[in-house]
Amino acid sequence: MSLLDTPVHDLGQRRRSLAQNLHIDPPLLLGLLLLSGISLFILYSASGQNIDLVWRQVVRLGVGFTVMFTIAQLNPAPLKRWTPWIFAIGLGLLVAVLVAGEIGKGAQRWLDLGVFRFQPSEVMKLAMPMMVAWYLSDHPLPPTAKRLAIAGLIIIVPTLLIARQPDLGTALLVASAGIFVLLFAGIRWRVVAGFAALGAALAPVLWYFMHDYQRQRVLTFLNPEQDPLGAGYHIIQSKIAIGSGGLYGKGWLNGTQSQLNFLPERSTDFIFAAYAEEFGLFGILVLLAIYLFIIMRGLLIAVQAQDTFTRLLAGSLVMTFFIYIFVNIGMVTGLLPVVGLPLPLVSYGGTSMVTLMAAFGILMSIHTHRKLLPR
Amino acid sequence: MAKPTTLKDHFRETRLFTHRAITALVFTIVLMLLLAIRLVNLQVIEHDTYAVLSDNNRVHIAALPPTRGLIFDRNGVLLAQNLPSYSLQIVPEQVDDVTATIEQLRQLIAITEDDEQRFHKRYKSSRRFKPITLRTRLSDEEVARFAVNRHRFPGVDIAARLYRHYPQGSLAVHALGYVGRINERELQHIDASNYEGTDFIGKTGVEKFYEDILHGEVGVQQVETNAQGRTLRILEQTPPEPGLNLHLTLDADIQRVAEQALGEERGAVVAIDPRDGSVLVLASMPGFDPNLFVGGIDSKTYHALRDSLDQPLFNRALRGRYPPGSTLKSFIGLAGLEYGVVEPDASIYCPGWYRLDGDDHKYRDWKKSGHGPVALNRSLVESCDVYYYDLALTLGIDRISSFLEPFGLNDLTGIDTSGELAGLVPSREWKRRAKREPWYPGETLITGIGQGFNLVTPLALASATATLSTYGQHLRPRIVAATEDPDTGDVVDFPVVLNIAVPVEDHANWHYIIKAMTDVVHSPRGTARRIGHDAPYEIAGKTGTAQVFGIKQDEEYVEEDIQKRLRDHALFIAFAPAHEPKIAVAVIVENGGSGGAVAAPIARKVMDAWLLDKGHLDDAPNAGETP
Repeated sequence: MSLLDTPVHDLGQRRRSLAQNLHIDPPLLLGLLLLSGISLFILYSASGQNIDLVWRQVVRLGVGFTVMFTIAQLNPAPLKRWTPWIFAIGLGLLVAVLVAGEIGKGAQRWLDLGVFRFQPSEVMKLAMPMMVAWYLSDHPLPPTAKRLAIAGLIIIVPTLLIARQPDLGTALLVASAGIFVLLFAGIRWRVVAGFAALGAALAPVLWYFMHDYQRQRVLTFLNPEQDPLGAGYHIIQSKIAIGSGGLYGKGWLNGTQSQLNFLPERSTDFIFAAYAEEFGLFGILVLLAIYLFIIMRGLLIAVQAQDTFTRLLAGSLVMTFFIYIFVNIGMVTGLLPVVGLPLPLVSYGGTSMVTLMAAFGILMSIHTHRKLLPR
Repeated sequence: MAKPTTLKDHFRETRLFTHRAITALVFTIVLMLLLAIRLVNLQVIEHDTYAVLSDNNRVHIAALPPTRGLIFDRNGVLLAQNLPSYSLQIVPEQVDDVTATIEQLRQLIAITEDDEQRFHKRYKSSRRFKPITLRTRLSDEEVARFAVNRHRFPGVDIAARLYRHYPQGSLAVHALGYVGRINERELQHIDASNYEGTDFIGKTGVEKFYEDILHGEVGVQQVETNAQGRTLRILEQTPPEPGLNLHLTLDADIQRVAEQALGEERGAVVAIDPRDGSVLVLASMPGFDPNLFVGGIDSKTYHALRDSLDQPLFNRALRGRYPPGSTLKSFIGLAGLEYGVVEPDASIYCPGWYRLDGDDHKYRDWKKSGHGPVALNRSLVESCDVYYYDLALTLGIDRISSFLEPFGLNDLTGIDTSGELAGLVPSREWKRRAKREPWYPGETLITGIGQGFNLVTPLALASATATLSTYGQHLRPRIVAATEDPDTGDVVDFPVVLNIAVPVEDHANWHYIIKAMTDVVHSPRGTARRIGHDAPYEIAGKTGTAQVFGIKQDEEYVEEDIQKRLRDHALFIAFAPAHEPKIAVAVIVENGGSGGAVAAPIARKVMDAWLLDKGHLDDAPNAGETP
C-alpha cells in the first residue's frame, strides 16, 4: 500500500528533470527489466543452454522496449482521438484474417503482410480497452444501462471473431480487457453478479460451440490422469516439475524435468514450471513479488491519471496483464485448463510481448504526460 | 479532458475509480495468494510425492546381463564363445506406429518377413516399455547407416550384445547343444529377473544342462534417461557376475576323427575313458551347425533340417535306442560264467538253427550252415547265435535282466548333458507292466542275442563296455571335467562318480570274456579280424548287427536285395588296450550292415587317435583317478 500513499508531487518533482522528460516511469521500468533478466536466465536453462535462442529473446526484448519508449512519447490526447479508427481497423483486420488468414497450428490467426506475419488479434488487445474507455469517458460514470449495452456489443463482436479463429486464450484476454474497463467505470456489483450468473448459464452453450481440441483441454483439466501420455501429459509433467522443485529448487540448469525433456513447451507456455523446478518456492515468490510490484505501480498510475479515458484504459491494461499471469500460472499448476497463454515477459515468444510492451508504453505515456496541478 | 460542467462529477468519479482500483488490487492479491497456496501445496506439502515421480521419470533400472561362460574341450580348444554383435531394438512405448516404423527401417536395414513375424509375436506378449529385438547381427555398414538416421527413429536403438558362437561349427553339436531365444515355456521355469537383458538360454546339450553355471548372475544399473528414453549417465551399478567357463572331457580332435570316420553314414560314436568315466567322443551324425539356431533360424532352413530323412537334429548318441544285437553276447556270456551255468570248454553243436521243445519255430543262426561244435570262446569270436539261444534259455530271463541292470543298460547313465534316454532290458515284470502279457520262452532266446525288446543307446553301450573293461566299475559318464571362474581363474574339478560296482563272482570269469573279446579282433576267425591284424595294441571287441525288420521263416536274407534303409544296423563295442583299458568305444552305424566291416574300422580310428596320436597308450598305469 505504500506506493499508493507516496505523495504524487514529491515523486514528480524529484524525477521531472530526467525521467519525466524522457517519458519514462522508473519503477515500472525497473520491474520490467527485472522480469526480462529472469526471462533470459531461465530461457538459457530451459532451452537446453541454447544461447542462440537467448539472443533471439534479447532482440525481441529490445524491440519490445523500443516500442514501449516510442509509445510513451505520444500524448494520450491524440491516442484518444485515434481510438475509434484504431478499433475499426482492428475489427477489419479480424474479418480479413477469417477470410484470408493463414493457418498455423490448426487455427487461423495470422495475416501475411509480405514482410512479416501479423496477428490482428494482438491489435485488439489494445484497441478493445481503448474503445470501451473512449465510449464511456465522455459521459458521467457509472454508465447508464443503454450505454452499458452498447459497450457490451463493442466487447462481444471482436471477442467472437477471435474465438472463431479459434484462439480462446486471446479471446479471453480481449474480452476481459473490455470488461475491466466496465468494472473500473463503476458498474454496480449487482449488475456484475447478474452477468456472472448469465455467463455460468451460457457455459453449456459455449461448450457446444467449442472445437474438439478445446473440449479436450477442458476434459484434461478436469482429469489429467485419464490420459497420462496424451493430452494430460503436459499437466502431469508440469506438476511434477513444480512439485519436485520444492522450497529451494533443484538449482539453475539442474531441473531434471526440463533438462531431460520431460516437460513439454518448457521455454514457451510452460516456462513457469521450468522456473519453479529450478528455483523452488522462494524463486516463485520473488517472481510473484515483481509481478505484484508492477501491478501495484500500474494501478497507482491509473489512480493518478487525470481524465476518465486514461484512467479506465490504464486500469484495464494493468488488470489484463494480471490476467495473463494468473491464467498462465493457473494452467501450469493445474488450477485452470490448458489455455495457450504465455507467462508475460518471461516466456519465449514475440508478438504478445510487443503488445504487452506497447501497453506499458501507454501506461508510461499516461503517467508522464500529466499536467501537474498547482499546489 | 473533463468539461467544467462535470467538475462535480469529476470528484465523484475519482473517488469511485479509486475505490474500484483498490478493489482490483485486493482482487489481484487474493488471486495471487490463491496461486501461492497452490504452489505451497505442490512444492511443500506434496513435494515428496512429486520428487519421487520426478525420479521415476528420469531414473531407470537397467539390467546388466552377465557374460555367458565359455566352453573348452579337454585340451583348451574353444568350442563355444561370445562375439559382440549389434541388434536393432524397438521400445513400443516410444513408437507411435510400429508397422510404419519398420517399413521406414527397411530402407536402411534388411528386415526379413521372419524377423518381422518374430518381432510381432514378441510385441504382443511383452511389456510396452521393454525393448524388443527386431534384427540381430547387424553388419557394420547397417549400424553406420542407422546411426546417421537415428534421429528419425525415436524409440529405436542399436544395442551392442554378445551372441553365442560355436567356432567349430557342427563339431560335437549333439554334445555341446546350442543356445536360442528364451521362449514362453522356458520363461516360466527361470528366474526372470536373472535373465533381464538376456535373450538366450541353453536349449540342448551341455548348454542346457549347465545353464545355471554358464549363465551367471545379472547385474543392475541405475541410469538417468531423458524423455526419449536415451541413457544419459549411470548413477549406480552392481556389476554382473559372469558365468563359469566349462572344460569338457571331450577331445575335439578325436571327436573330429569319429565324425569324419562316420562320414556320410547315419550313426553314433561314443568313446569313454574307463579310468574316470570321461566322455572323449560323443558323436551323432549327421549333425548341423548350431550357429544357425543362435540368431533365430529361418523357417525354411529349420524345416529342411527337421524334415530330412537323415534326421540331423536327432541326437543318436543319447537318444537313439537300438537293439544291442550280438554286442550283448559278451555280457550274456559273462552272466553264464558268473552264474556258473557255463563250462567254458563245454561245446554245444550249432546246426545253424535252434528249436525250443514243443515249438516248430526255427531260431536261426546268422550262419546258415551252422558253426558246428562251439564253446564259449568260439561263440564270441564267431558270434554264434545258437550258443546264446541255448545259454539264454539256461539262464532264464530273470537272471539275464538282473545281471544286465548294474551295467546301466536299463537306466539312464546320468551323463551331465541334457536329453539322454534310458535303454531297456526286458523282464517279466516289465512286460506285464508295459505289454500286459506274460513272458514267453522264445523271447528269452532272442534276448540272448540282443534282439527282441532289448534297446540301448550308444552312450549306455559305451558305458557298459567301459564297465566290462574295468571289471565292473560302472562310473557315471561325464562330459564336464571342471569349471573355471573367468575372473579369478579358480578351477573346480568335478568328481568322478561311481554309479554302481557290478558284483563280481570271480575275476577270472571277466578275464575269460575279455580274452575272448580280444580274439574277436585278433584271432584269424574273429568277426572283427580286419581291424586286428595290424593293430599295435591289444583290442577287446565285439561286433553286432541289429535287425531293423523281421525276416519271415524260410526266407532268405540277402543284403543286396534290401533297400539300404532296411538293412541291419552295424554295431561294434571295443576297449583298448585290452588289459589296461584307456578307451572304450561303442559304434552304431544305422543300416550299416556288418558290424565287423563297417562299425569296427570306425572304432579303430577313434582308438588309434586316442592311444597313438594323443599318446595315451603310454600313460602310466592307473593314471586316471578311480574312486
